[in-house]
Amino acid sequence: MLITKRVEFSASHVCRNPLLNDRENEELFGAAANKHGHGHNYTIDVTVEGDPDPVTGMVLDLKKLKDVVNREVIQTYDHRFLNYEVPPFDHVVPTAENIAIDIWNRLAPHIAQVGGQLQGIRVHETNDLYVDYFGETA
Amino acid sequence: MIRVTRTYRFSASHRLHAAALSESENAELFGKCNNPYGHGHNYQIEVSARGPVDDRSGRALDPRTLDHLVREQVLEPFDHQNLNEGITIFEDLVPTTENLAREIYRRLAVNWQSAFPGQWPVLEKVRIAETPRNIFEVSEHA
Repeated sequence: MLITKRVEFSASHVCRNPLLNDRENEELFGAAANKHGHGHNYTIDVTVEGDPDPVTGMVLDLKKLKDVVNREVIQTYDHRFLNYEVPPFDHVVPTAENIAIDIWNRLAPHIAQVGGQLQGIRVHETNDLYVDYFGETA
Repeated sequence: MIRVTRTYRFSASHRLHAAALSESENAELFGKCNNPYGHGHNYQIEVSARGPVDDRSGRALDPRTLDHLVREQVLEPFDHQNLNEGITIFEDLVPTTENLAREIYRRLAVNWQSAFPGQWPVLEKVRIAETPRNIFEVSEHA
């Protein structure tokens, strides 16, 4: 069974690859390369897979999941400029794709103690764009 | 591997009417969707593609390329149109949202390679909501 917890944070970023020059970055990323950055309200869906416990009827304790997500992700990302304040985005472009991978990497080691297994991370950058990451093996 | 999904909207009218059936059979089969002058919907479509993250861009897909493809193949032909009139495939096919989903998937699949010439990203799924409560999906394996 899959259970999904949704959380939100707001952050700014700029899509620029430091190995490329200004013109190449503008060509690649368009308005998202504007050097002073811009921001989004991100919505994150954290999906965990597991079987309901026969005693509690729950896959996991949602309060514990919320605490882990708050500690590992929200406190790190919320109201930050990702390129300047949240590694690895000092050298990795903070696209929605790379944010999904980073959130997976931050959460995966902590899900076992909450219960179940991390199944997927969905990052909504706007209402019209989201990405899914299911770990390296998928 | 990452799946990227982008949402688009268009508005169109249609009438569900199968040419091979009688008036009363059509009325029975399609109910109010068979009313003679048709009706319309605000369709919302989600297009999903899958691929690895490119080292240079940090992206699995350039949304501007997908926007251009969807605009050219789907939004321009279908937006503010009557699906029963002037759209070749629906001359012989009932424009149910099942058939519309297949047609949108087909149009994107046929033109995918010229928009995205590399091995990645690949088209994975088209999901179309006719209303917020009626949703249809076509994927690469279906």
